[in-house]
Amino acid sequence: MNKNRRSFLKVAGLSVFALTSGVLSTPAQAMVSPGSYEHAPKGLKAKRWAMVIDTRLFRTASDYQAIIDACHAAHNVPDIRVKSDGHEKQEIKWIWTDSYEHTFPDDMNEHLSHRVLERPFPLLCNHCTNPPCVRVCPTSATYKLPNGVVTMDYHRCIGCRFCMAGCPYGARSFNFVDPRPYLSDPVKNPEYPTRMKGVVEKCTFCVERLAKGLMPACVEASEGRIVFGDLDDPESPVRKALAENYSIRRKPNLGTQPGVYYIV
Amino acid sequence: MVEKLLEGSKRYYMWLLFLVGVIAVCGIVYLTQLFEGLGVTGMSRDVSWGLYISQFTYLVGVAASAVMLVLPAYFHHYKKFKIMIIFGEFMAIAAVIMCCLFIVVDLGQPQRMMNVMLHPTPNSVMFYDMIVLIGYLTINAIVGWVTLEAERHETTPPKWVLYLAYLSIIWAFSIHTVTAFLYAGVPGRHYWLTAIMAARFLASAFCSGPAILLLLVLLVRRLTGFNPGKEAIHTLATIITYAMCLNVFFYILECFTAFYSGIPGHADPLVFLFSGFHGVTSWVTPCMWLAVLCVIGCLAILIPPQTRSGKYMPYALGMLVLASWIDKGLGLLIGGFTPNMFESVTLFVPTIREICVTIGVYAVGALVLSLLWKIALSVKFDVGHSDGDKM
Repeated sequence: MNKNRRSFLKVAGLSVFALTSGVLSTPAQAMVSPGSYEHAPKGLKAKRWAMVIDTRLFRTASDYQAIIDACHAAHNVPDIRVKSDGHEKQEIKWIWTDSYEHTFPDDMNEHLSHRVLERPFPLLCNHCTNPPCVRVCPTSATYKLPNGVVTMDYHRCIGCRFCMAGCPYGARSFNFVDPRPYLSDPVKNPEYPTRMKGVVEKCTFCVERLAKGLMPACVEASEGRIVFGDLDDPESPVRKALAENYSIRRKPNLGTQPGVYYIV
Repeated sequence: MVEKLLEGSKRYYMWLLFLVGVIAVCGIVYLTQLFEGLGVTGMSRDVSWGLYISQFTYLVGVAASAVMLVLPAYFHHYKKFKIMIIFGEFMAIAAVIMCCLFIVVDLGQPQRMMNVMLHPTPNSVMFYDMIVLIGYLTINAIVGWVTLEAERHETTPPKWVLYLAYLSIIWAFSIHTVTAFLYAGVPGRHYWLTAIMAARFLASAFCSGPAILLLLVLLVRRLTGFNPGKEAIHTLATIITYAMCLNVFFYILECFTAFYSGIPGHADPLVFLFSGFHGVTSWVTPCMWLAVLCVIGCLAILIPPQTRSGKYMPYALGMLVLASWIDKGLGLLIGGFTPNMFESVTLFVPTIREICVTIGVYAVGALVLSLLWKIALSVKFDVGHSDGDKM
């Protein structure tokens, strides 16, 4: 046995001993042990975040497009329809518009004023108090935060789509195909992760912006048409808007307690 | 007993080869789905479950139906079924394996499926579904194998197997109840939100499963000469008839509530399935009416005791299987998602690749079933338990 090999074996043996006996394991363990979380110092806080959409203030198509564009740009939401490649029905949308009849099907009355019947309504995740999507998710990939926001872990989602069957509001989208080819390069907001195929996604009430002290993207872009605040605080703008106006919620008879209110 | 697999006719090997070929081709199609995503299927944002989950649902019923042999044999000591039990248990194993595969091919991220165990979430019905399916597979594998081994040695099986068989009876009811709960607990899907869902599932399972079993046993009788016995066939056909009558009755109950109450949400899916909704008709409508015709046809043959197990029985069973498959394997999912959450219609049409993957999973089931039944048949012939009329 030559000297080199002998010294190599010595070092190797010592290394194996060190790694297995725990001599060196303390710093290694420290590196992989879970970190602790602190609330961002500048983050906005609330007991129960809620949204009030004053649909009377939306007048032109660009009023709606502004909030959709702001949201979809902030979260790199792909426009699957743009390519016309047969995946149009498998589109991704976090916030979009639809007619009164489709938004409030249980509240339909054909003699409603034209103003209401013909007005588009912005639709998004309702961030329910009793969210069926959270109830049915088999991996807790969808969960509710203590502040009422229903959000998602895209890395835990197995793509079973039980949440999509469970959501009574059609708020969830599944990445049937890889979303990245449908996004610009570079993406519009490099700070927000793009998703991979096979996971579900939806509006998160901009939980990442709230943590930085910013209002949700759609609220910011709405120029006062959408109010956002703490439903448990009587002084909050949402409570004031609700106290002063008649408001409705989508499918209230299902008991989900939506956190998105509409002033019509 | 595994060595029994290696002794067979040329026809047996050709059949296995054929199945392996189908599995290979469909497996390649599945790989394209794995790489490209579920975009290759006909599912959409509004119809987010399709052919895969509906086949899963149907096959859980087939798996549970083994209890229709086990229950009379173990609880009521009905000896005539003893010869056939093993085939029911082995069919349940094949069905559960297909169920698991249908779940896996439906997942967007199948490599993460262990997350269901790594992050157990007891508020999700799917968590319980996983437990009951794995449990049912294990119970049937143990009970089936041990009783067959005992039969081969011409001894009585150990006593503990008896308790396991009792457990399998309760377990069979639970697997299909839990599957029904996947649907019946979801708010906002009118067609599913009904307390009778689990009862309907069980009734449809207890007619369609034994019907498939009986058809396969009749095929085996023709191919190998194994005879389950006249009385066993007639009794099983009677069970099938009662279960089918219940199944149809439960469906009519749904129709009554939907149309007499006049609540649009309850009626809309039925209207869509049978006549189209808001002027949109789909390919499902003719299927649903075909199912109605099959129901009338099969009950016309099965209800009169003279024709129940006569020469027209296989046709009746075929119609029954087709009708129950259309109801549960197509109508249940499509009706649940149409009209969609916005009370409008998004049509679902499965794609060729989706159908190929479905056929592939069925081929895996057929392969498992063929191998297990081959073992069972070999043992039955070895010990001379191959004629139910002479036992």
